[in-house]
Amino acid sequence: MACIEARGLRKAFGANVALDGVNLRVEEGRILGIMGPNGAGKTTALNAILGLTPYQGELRVLGRDPWTERDRLMRDVCFISDVAVLPRWIRVAQLLEYVAGVHPRFDRAKADGFLTKTTIHRASKVRELSKGMVAQLHLAVVMAIDARLLVLDEPTLGLDILYRKQFYDSLLNDYYDRSRTIVITTHQVEEIQNVLTDVMFMDRGRIVFGCSMEDFESRYVEVMVKPEQVAAARALKPFHERQALGRSVLLFDLKPDSADRRQLSGLGEVRTPSIADLFVAVVGNSTAKSAANPADAPKGVVR
Amino acid sequence: MNTESNAVPESSLDARENAPTIERATRPFYWSVRRELWENRAIYIAPLAAAGVYLFAFLIGMTRLPDKMRQLSALDPMEQQHAIIMPYEFAAGLMMATTLIVAGFYCLDALHSERRDRSILFWKSLPVSDGITVLSKASIPLVIQPLLTVAITVVTQFIMLLLSSAVLAGHGMSVATYWAQVSLLQMSLGLFYHLFTVHVLMHAPFYAWFLLISGWARGVAILVWAFVPPLAIIIVEMLVFNTSHFANMLRSQLSGGAEAIPFPGRMPIEPGMEFTPGHFLLSPRLWIGLAVGAAFLFAAARFRRNREPI
Repeated sequence: MACIEARGLRKAFGANVALDGVNLRVEEGRILGIMGPNGAGKTTALNAILGLTPYQGELRVLGRDPWTERDRLMRDVCFISDVAVLPRWIRVAQLLEYVAGVHPRFDRAKADGFLTKTTIHRASKVRELSKGMVAQLHLAVVMAIDARLLVLDEPTLGLDILYRKQFYDSLLNDYYDRSRTIVITTHQVEEIQNVLTDVMFMDRGRIVFGCSMEDFESRYVEVMVKPEQVAAARALKPFHERQALGRSVLLFDLKPDSADRRQLSGLGEVRTPSIADLFVAVVGNSTAKSAANPADAPKGVVR
Repeated sequence: MNTESNAVPESSLDARENAPTIERATRPFYWSVRRELWENRAIYIAPLAAAGVYLFAFLIGMTRLPDKMRQLSALDPMEQQHAIIMPYEFAAGLMMATTLIVAGFYCLDALHSERRDRSILFWKSLPVSDGITVLSKASIPLVIQPLLTVAITVVTQFIMLLLSSAVLAGHGMSVATYWAQVSLLQMSLGLFYHLFTVHVLMHAPFYAWFLLISGWARGVAILVWAFVPPLAIIIVEMLVFNTSHFANMLRSQLSGGAEAIPFPGRMPIEPGMEFTPGHFLLSPRLWIGLAVGAAFLFAAARFRRNREPI
């Protein structure tokens, strides 16, 4: 059974279409990163998955309809939707007590264990904690819940680099065990590139790109072309071209053992692009052309 | 789905997973009510503070008690009892007024503040349904506050009785005559009856309406939506039909049915008829009011599901 399965997911706020027919399948045990410009529909998609917003189309999360079964679903699903959504008046000890009271899968000892590694006091109110500490606290609570799906919407927004690094480190080391599924949206793509198993780009309510990180590394090639070779390189049909340090950087989508790929190494410096570069190429392209090239948007399906 | 294949070792978590359905429903409710008390400490601090201030004032007035008792002995027994009981009834009235004010503000804010500070996104990440949340908030004015009011009032009145006795005994006056006039048990039963019938059963639709508005409107609009629609109905009815049925209905619902419900301590009498519990429980107005209140709460739970944070 897929962890998340969506078909033709649509959602409009008045005339503004937030989700425009999203098809998505996330298998259990994957770590999916969703990237997209502001207003691309990422948060709306996550809200639909979490039962926070009504939608049209078909959606199943762990076999349940999130909109009608949110409270039941939340025994198996956790989410951090933003930093600083913890109620500001609550004390740390009260928070732990409350979650232990209402959540059948919360392990109080585990949460206490995570918190002893921080400088957070049990008697403090959330309003007295720094932004980074609130994120640590929320993560400690969430990681102590034995959930099957964890959804993180911009979990590290506004945190400094040390907290961000620590956040993803403890997520990977102390939480992820290959049977759990994690879905993350963020603007800080580079920081989670090595955390992900799958990546997906959204733009204007649609999934414009999606593939596994293995596919990503084997298929996409970035070539810094020598000036005299630009014409030859362009003949191999790059799907994006940009200028960097006075040289042309061309992006290709090629099979690992194709003849074109061997030819490329003669044209310049070949390397795997960063997710950010691919994101600019794909989303920038689709914004420019408005209709994305099907080759750029492989299936809109994440395996 | 095949949860069986996930071979999770037996643990206390599983024991709680398989807990009886009743416990599954009551545990989140119990913790949600505690959560409300953590967040809204005015629920118990306000009546406690009012009781403290009142006891202080009572203590100061105590210096005149022996003189007062001497004057009272000249009056007939009915007037005597009335004068002695007055401060006790006033204490109960003060507690009730304090509670009413706190309850009103609480309900108007209960489903609004969690949207305002976006903490609703956290509460919704836990396996607690919108219905349980709304019910736990409704239980504050309908269960917790009445019980608190009775408890604090009884303790306050008991302290008043002890203080008076001490002063009278110090002046060599008869404590027994004083005690004979003040029946704490009768007063607290009366208070309990009054709170349960009027403040709980009759006022339930008002609290439910406030909760509904707090889950639906935002900012100052809450005050507008809470009070303008009823006012509009009253004014339109007056202008168009030249009647005031709606206003009368609201007024009698608020006062509990009998315009002249006396203070707790004596049984309430409706003009022209006995105000008996049986008669009260059979009145259609009570059940219509409760049904309307239930509909408001149901709508409030729906709104909580639909509304996004502000």
